Amino acid sequence: MGPLEHFIGEAGARLTLVMNPAGQVLAQHGFTRAVDVMAAAALGAAIVSSTAEIARMLDEPDFSALNHQGVRHGIFVAGFDSPRGRLLALVVYGSNSSLGLVQLFFEDFVRDLVAACPAPADVRPVLAKDFERELNQSLATLFRT
Amino acid sequence: MSTRYDRLLDQITRVRGVRGAMLIASEDGIVVAESVMEGIRASAVAALMGSLARRIRRAADSLGSGAPEFIHLQTAGGALCAVPAPESMLLVAIADSAVNVGLLRLALRKAAEVIA
Repeated sequence: MGPLEHFIGEAGARLTLVMNPAGQVLAQHGFTRAVDVMAAAALGAAIVSSTAEIARMLDEPDFSALNHQGVRHGIFVAGFDSPRGRLLALVVYGSNSSLGLVQLFFEDFVRDLVAACPAPADVRPVLAKDFERELNQSLATLFRT
Repeated sequence: MSTRYDRLLDQITRVRGVRGAMLIASEDGIVVAESVMEGIRASAVAALMGSLARRIRRAADSLGSGAPEFIHLQTAGGALCAVPAPESMLLVAIADSAVNVGLLRLALRKAAEVIA
């Protein structure tokens, strides 16, 4: 069982999105339509971006998490650092869960996800002498018959 | 942390065997006030106890037996006790196995009445 499945099972989350700060989705659970995933990711990233700006105006370090509580659902949005950069999580939970449970198991989720994250690949500098060879290889692959 | 709640929690932690007491918002599972010994994760206890109390309340509702008045979870190493408090809060005590549960129950109920 992966970190996301474990988190969903323990916290009782209904919808979960993991994305980068640009709103690009890395993982999701509970959504039935792709358009809902994209909309939620964009809105979640915008929420984090807006509150980061408020934090900057207050001369505060970035807010680590936000919670919006509705009548039937709550929304928890948090950012965390991984070996592959900053990531965001948006979690929607219902009456069978609570903010405390989501926060509690979110800590475990982040720890497990960071532990499972592959190390960032070494970035090789692009050298002119390699460029032509690699370009020809890529073109040959692309137009292979 | 509120001084008023501190005094109430102190009355509970004075009971022999009690290792910590806290007031939690049971719907959210978050700590309102706490007085716990080092090594106890108050936020984790609050989240899990809040969830447990909600489920117990639903079970009691389905039985038609009324709202739970006292929750007692006995484990090999100790006990968790809780009583409902006003405004959807829960008064929780964490104790070791030597605790006098009857005395603790009285202390918790008295503290809950003061909150009301």
